[in-house]
Amino acid sequence: MRKGYFGEFGGQFVPELLVPPLTELEKAMQDIMDGPQFRKELDQLFSEFVGRPTPICRCANLSRDLGFDLWLKREDLAHTGAHKINNTVGQGLLARYMGKKCLLAETGAGQHGVATATAAAVLGLECIVFMGALDVKRQSHNVRRMELLGAKVEPVQSGTRTLKDAINAALRYWIGHQQDTHYCLGSAVGPHPFPLLVRKLQSVIGREARSQFMEKTGRLPDYVVACVGGGSNAVGIFHPFARDPHVNLVGVEAGGEGTPGCHHSATLCRGSFGVLHGTRTYLLQTEEGQIMPSHSVAPGLDYPGVGPEHAHLKESGRATYEVIYDQQALEAFYLLSGREGIIPALESSHALAWVIARKNRIKPESMVLVNLSGRGDKDLDIVREIEAQ
Amino acid sequence: MKKENLLTQRINEAVRRGRKALIPFVPAGFPSKDAFWDIILELDDSGADIIEIGVPFSDPVADGPIVESASIRCLEQGVSLSWIMSELLKYREKLRAGIVLMGYYNPFLQYGLRRLSTEAEKAGVNGLIIPDLILEEVRPHLELFGDFHLSFTPLVGLNTSKERMREYSGISPAFVYLVSVLGITGTRASADRLLRAKLAEVKEAFDCPVALGFGLSSRAQLDPIADLVDAVVFGSALIEHLDSGRKASEFMKAWK
Repeated sequence: MRKGYFGEFGGQFVPELLVPPLTELEKAMQDIMDGPQFRKELDQLFSEFVGRPTPICRCANLSRDLGFDLWLKREDLAHTGAHKINNTVGQGLLARYMGKKCLLAETGAGQHGVATATAAAVLGLECIVFMGALDVKRQSHNVRRMELLGAKVEPVQSGTRTLKDAINAALRYWIGHQQDTHYCLGSAVGPHPFPLLVRKLQSVIGREARSQFMEKTGRLPDYVVACVGGGSNAVGIFHPFARDPHVNLVGVEAGGEGTPGCHHSATLCRGSFGVLHGTRTYLLQTEEGQIMPSHSVAPGLDYPGVGPEHAHLKESGRATYEVIYDQQALEAFYLLSGREGIIPALESSHALAWVIARKNRIKPESMVLVNLSGRGDKDLDIVREIEAQ
Repeated sequence: MKKENLLTQRINEAVRRGRKALIPFVPAGFPSKDAFWDIILELDDSGADIIEIGVPFSDPVADGPIVESASIRCLEQGVSLSWIMSELLKYREKLRAGIVLMGYYNPFLQYGLRRLSTEAEKAGVNGLIIPDLILEEVRPHLELFGDFHLSFTPLVGLNTSKERMREYSGISPAFVYLVSVLGITGTRASADRLLRAKLAEVKEAFDCPVALGFGLSSRAQLDPIADLVDAVVFGSALIEHLDSGRKASEFMKAWK
């Protein structure tokens, strides 16, 4: 297999000027990340700062309603309220070992920006976050959080002024500032070695979940379900189960409003093969290869590409990917809030909604594990806006 | 002996006449689909040795804001690769300059690389610049490009190592393109020293002519390094010039 590829997906489709920092990063992963000192420090950050391990819990009420066991991996309980922090703390620590002074990040709705700013603050690094100008306006609360954490937020005025343009701007900035800056990419996307690096850090989710599940039930789950935007929480929980052939891995993509011709974010289910942001993967694009705008009620799923490893898991048949629409995700959001006392992120609500939508296909004695990737407090404005319509 | 690519020829001719070869870059369809080909003819007429036609892309990561917004304006007017190919077919015989298509990989990939190569040769394109295709990723396609007499021009930067440049030199490009501006910090004098040192390395690693680009706005910028450069590329400065309604020939005059 070619370096940096997952089957025929992945690679490094970047300007030559980014090859030196990518090579430097690849080497740092090999030389630093498996060393005892790094692992000790990362473990300590995970346990004391992030609050790991996060628990798994059985939804007693919903399991009764559904007729099978529904379990949640509680990434919503991680510091800053989502799995994003696993990646940023890990990359931040690596950056510090590499002698970098600044963490650079892109952000869509602001979750990854906040997680990066948080990691930078605790690790004593500077932080600069590129954010689409439209998103800066829509997510002023998260802009304020990042600023409180000491980050500089740069609004991006180009293109569609959203996440994909923020990534373009961050890549450009990195070209000019690679000597002292580490690009802390927020999902399992982008050029090699980012998809591997992000998976390596997010796999803590699946490793914990697998042993917790064994401990509590004496066996492995029948289904592991996660939402997929770029795909970092999904690859994080899938990877440690990849060699358990009886565990079905299900990725859930955002279908948007579901009306004919609407924008959506279902890259794997409805997109086509192409190259964006340094990687060969599935994309939402025109016939001419121009990138199309994406949409989802869940801001964290709103991206026109997807991690190359998911494209490979789909092609190889190891994981399956299905679509859930905005309305179904909202119903799951209300259901988990009201029945289990957990307000889920709208992203994670897509994974839950899949379980509910497929309940008749899931056998009664089954055990289903959903990655509850984040908490939903951040989404109350979005939900309120929809309720008002 | 292998026939010399027209791009190499054009640069060498200029150098023999004691000047730098001039390589203007304009995104296809800028500032409008109607005005674009007149600008290309005018650039050719006023001394362009090679013309780089930009194939607009929605997400041009290697370009600055001026080129990006120009590209998006072109896309909004419906510029596509098939439009570029069919128009170029009409105008090519009127143009003396070598023609390079510069575009990001995804639009080329969706068009089909074989279709691209076939049509490009037919339309008189002499080479390709694909800024997001590094050596490892372009290697599988070099034979195809070669079959249609399309030279692949590598971009190298101030951070590209000598070893890496030697690898690129191995693909025998018609010319090599040094991206000069990014990552330069410090005083003017130290920046010039850095650029000189890198240009000397590029000269040593490659057998082909060396073009310098990105961020060139005045002729005086060239003085300290003139002996090491064979060609200069203009992008943003030319786009800004055209956008203010001034003539292409006027821009070229300052560099002749």
